[in-house]
Amino acid sequence: MRHIYLDNNATTHLHPEVLEAMLPYLGEIYGNASSIHWFGQEARRAIDLARERVADFLGGSTDEIVFTSGGTEADNQALIGIADLIGKPGSRIITTTVEHQAVLNSCRHLESKGFRVTYVPVDGLGRIDLQAFADSIDDDVILASVMLANNEVGTIQPIREAAQIARSKGILFHTDAVQAAGRIPLDVRELGVDLLSLSAHKLHGPKGCGALFVRSAIPRPVLVHGGHHERRMRAGTENVPAIVGFGQACQLAGSRIEEHSRLTASLRNRLEKGILDRLSHVRVNGCREHRLANTLNVSFEGVDGQMLAMNLDLMGIAVSTGSACQSDAMEPSYVLSAMGCSEGVATSCIRFSLGIDNTVEEVDLVLDALTNLMEGLRH
Amino acid sequence: MISPKGRIVAAMSGGVDSSVAAALLLEEGFEVIGITLQLQACDETVEGRSCCGADGVAQARAAAGHLGIPHYVLDCRQVFEQRVLLRSWEEYRRGRTPNPCVICNEEIKFGVLLDYAKTLGAQKIATGHYARLGARKEGRAFIMRGADVQKDQSYFLFSLNSDKLSKALFPVGGYLKETVRSMARRMGLRNADRMESQDACFSTKETAYAEILRQRFKEGAVPGPIFDETGRRLGMHEGIHRFTIGQRRGIGVTLGSPAWVKSIDAERCTVILTTSKERLAAWGLIATGVGWHALSPGFKRLRCSVQVRYNQAPVSAIVEIEKPGTVLVRFDRPVTAVCPGQAAVFYSGARLLGGGWIDRALSEPVHMTGVAEEIIR
Repeated sequence: MRHIYLDNNATTHLHPEVLEAMLPYLGEIYGNASSIHWFGQEARRAIDLARERVADFLGGSTDEIVFTSGGTEADNQALIGIADLIGKPGSRIITTTVEHQAVLNSCRHLESKGFRVTYVPVDGLGRIDLQAFADSIDDDVILASVMLANNEVGTIQPIREAAQIARSKGILFHTDAVQAAGRIPLDVRELGVDLLSLSAHKLHGPKGCGALFVRSAIPRPVLVHGGHHERRMRAGTENVPAIVGFGQACQLAGSRIEEHSRLTASLRNRLEKGILDRLSHVRVNGCREHRLANTLNVSFEGVDGQMLAMNLDLMGIAVSTGSACQSDAMEPSYVLSAMGCSEGVATSCIRFSLGIDNTVEEVDLVLDALTNLMEGLRH
Repeated sequence: MISPKGRIVAAMSGGVDSSVAAALLLEEGFEVIGITLQLQACDETVEGRSCCGADGVAQARAAAGHLGIPHYVLDCRQVFEQRVLLRSWEEYRRGRTPNPCVICNEEIKFGVLLDYAKTLGAQKIATGHYARLGARKEGRAFIMRGADVQKDQSYFLFSLNSDKLSKALFPVGGYLKETVRSMARRMGLRNADRMESQDACFSTKETAYAEILRQRFKEGAVPGPIFDETGRRLGMHEGIHRFTIGQRRGIGVTLGSPAWVKSIDAERCTVILTTSKERLAAWGLIATGVGWHALSPGFKRLRCSVQVRYNQAPVSAIVEIEKPGTVLVRFDRPVTAVCPGQAAVFYSGARLLGGGWIDRALSEPVHMTGVAEEIIR
């Protein structure tokens, strides 16, 4: 059976160049980067180079990059680490209702420790209201965290404006850029953020690796305590092969970001137009103006999204009903619910997330498959 | 691509029986899709032993992976809660002894899952039950006992109607359990020797389970008196749901000699004990909600054998139709502990003829006149 992968927001394939770069570090170059000898020096140089590449990719400097085990850890470090450092009893954190669970559940954890959290709502397109965001910030607020692009619907938030507001009010600003990285140009200076989370496997790098950008002028959050690694901001022997792969993936992503955006947008638009032209009772979720070029979230009225995803899977087409991190629970998407969608809309959605290697032919096959399936399911 | 033989959804609990069932269909050339039903939250399994907990999901996933078939988990927690657990609790509350496995087969496996399978383009669903299917000339299906008499699970399937039966496959029903195990070994299925699969979600002490359900549905326990047969008050109990007819242990009062629960009166909230095991015997029963499988209608009276609980040796009996859906059953010899709420299932040899729900036991000999028909197998 031919397999078509349209779930690039869940994860992406490891690029062959990335794999090639990693291989020596899974083999002969096995030193501990903290060791003084030649073996250690080889590993250290590899990490240094990767750090340069990641820093270049997001417009920061190398001393502002902390390697983590992934996007989730980076989010945890940003929120819990900062709260640990500068929070006081009654301190408050501002976030949104549509964040990834890594942010939402870090906030829940902080609430259980006595912090207060304000969840700024979003509109029907998934965008935050900047005025509401600004109004929510009072003297107790220490940190705001707003995602750059949403994983389920692809809506891009006005991060530059939000970060500007945060700065003017004297609070720190974090953005989860896991889903945006490699899909829209990233520049931490231009965005004006203090902290930013990245994940390697969303941009054709390896799983189990990510980074937190920590602007040099701000306090240094710590989550994992131990040795002196990562300038004491993240203990634990470095995952050298993954970090090397991450660096390579960032270099690759940076070099083809426009191409990625252009190609996935043309495929996504073809898919979107095809669905809207061929099928009735469908609805595109999210913000068509401010949206990741590769993401399309569609509700198929009256059809259970999970059942549709299973049927597509049986035809070799990989999509998801929302976040892969959520897919064990058959509950309506909390993101769509937060956008004010009815339960029917929130349980009948499918997320198509395209990659640079998808083809027009694949999109057309998916459209045919969807058309056939919907005829059967709706009689 | 859909196999020319067709697409089947296999209900995979993670146990050896349903794993082998899926494998046998695959060997026959069907396209098989494994689905595991999530019935309860992982932390809610009774005594950590459930065919449907997270452990089962992982084992089913491993088995499906080994067979190279797709595998999905279907979240049925809500519907299981409403249609199986709540219904069971309502039975306990009325002083009856429910059979959740029968309800689960009808409502969940051959209800929710069957409907879901249709939307996945599957013609039929398969389970690992030890039961076989027979078909009359006119094509209507009926159930036969599993070839392994010790493992036969046909009792739990009696309430499936002909439409559901026509969509059912029981691939291991024709084999002995030992054979199934050795097939699992041959197929390289892990834990072939350890995995135990049965309708086991509720395997715990009956009364403890009723108490778990009561707490789950946040209902108060209504205490009441315990009497002996002469009307002497022996003590108090903490709710009739904790009792089942024929129960001997955990009654909470001592009579100096062995005593059994003889009857439960839900209206008066009383429990009556007997010290005579013979007095537990019933001569017959009334069953309601009775359905028949592939039998020509019009018979008034039927000679067959009847089983009033799982794993009970069947007893010869005459079944008389009182009105549609209600029967009077006369046992040839008395049967101990006939519990309202359990199923009365009728057989002719290995063939399951039909069944219903026990409404009450008849403690006096039952008189019938006229001739009973024999079912020609």
